[in-house]
Amino acid sequence: MKEILIRIDGKEVAAPAGSTILEVAQQQGIPIPTLCHLDGLSDIGGCRMCIVDVDGKIVTSCTTKIAAGMEVITNNDRLAELRRLNLELIFAERNHVCSMCVSNNHCELQDLACDLGMQNVEVPYAYPRLSLDATHPKFIIDHNRCILCGRCVRVCAEIEGAHVWGIAGRGSEARVITELGVDWGDAEKCTDCGKCVEVCPTGAIVEKGKATAEMVKHPELVTTLKERREND
Amino acid sequence: MTKVRVATVWFSGCAGCHMSFLDLDELMIDLADRIEIVKSPVVDTKEFPANVDVTLIEGAIGNEEHVELVREIRKRSKIVIALGDCAVTGNVPAMRNGIPVNELLEEVYGKERTTTGTIPNEVVPRLEDRVCPVHEVIPVDYFLHGCPPPAAVIGKALLALLDGKVPELTGRELKFG
Repeated sequence: MKEILIRIDGKEVAAPAGSTILEVAQQQGIPIPTLCHLDGLSDIGGCRMCIVDVDGKIVTSCTTKIAAGMEVITNNDRLAELRRLNLELIFAERNHVCSMCVSNNHCELQDLACDLGMQNVEVPYAYPRLSLDATHPKFIIDHNRCILCGRCVRVCAEIEGAHVWGIAGRGSEARVITELGVDWGDAEKCTDCGKCVEVCPTGAIVEKGKATAEMVKHPELVTTLKERREND
Repeated sequence: MTKVRVATVWFSGCAGCHMSFLDLDELMIDLADRIEIVKSPVVDTKEFPANVDVTLIEGAIGNEEHVELVREIRKRSKIVIALGDCAVTGNVPAMRNGIPVNELLEEVYGKERTTTGTIPNEVVPRLEDRVCPVHEVIPVDYFLHGCPPPAAVIGKALLALLDGKVPELTGRELKFG
């Protein structure tokens, strides 16, 4: 495959044409924070955590393909500030009560707040009144903890092929829905596979019967599954 | 040596952060030589004193008394620390946000729940419409995360301040929950 030369954090790197900036950075061991990205699923640039500076312009590294001569900066004060503000907005938009959450200590959002050094949320909390749906026999979706990363939507369509999950509404009214907005328990296409549970980065989609801090997820299972299918 | 004047207050919270503070164990003995607790739920002083060096605030702002007192605390304290998730984020007390206060009081104290159905509106302070973290009412200098913050984190922050340094908390020391 044709290789392209780019400069990433001052270092000249050759990578196959068609690679994304995130892929190249990960191959080089350069850390870029991500949230909606998961190896094995398509990228949508939804959460905006993986932003980088390309020739002075801020772009999402998971959806931007490399181009010859590109100058990429993965971390500086401006990027750190933008990422932290973005993270604060995500926290402020829903009700993330870590202390009461089944995913406490096993949450990608909680980890990111530590990694990025988020001291507090400066933007006012929205504290929206949101529902949860426990009609499925095995699983629960709690909209209070959903960050709209869309991993459930993608895993259900791309890996399971069931197309149960979708997103309805716009902006702060956006919600993940099952089928055309029916209760999850009435979603006839759901195969009960639980892949959406494993890839959900927070405590939004969880197994029933878990108490605080008991929900441990394994998104890497989906990555492995995808790799094995490709190698067969 | 003049002792550093430290106060702790308890707003909408469960006292767990104060329990964690007491969990400082033997560090408490070292601290006792350097600090004086001038106001705290465990000290019998009614009024919040003047000229406090460091005030640790546990709990979210949930009623009109909290709002009034926290403003007074800011005026009388050099350094204000939000102690724990309720003070930093609103946490559990803020889970009532979105429910109109009159509906909430009716649900808890109304005729359906109690024999008299009397809503308490005398002596006790009026609830705010919305519970909020401390920094939405007054400027806060430092934030100690956790429900409760581990004693080691509280100790690290206090020792840094006593040495005239900025508390440098990183990684898991910043974990909520």
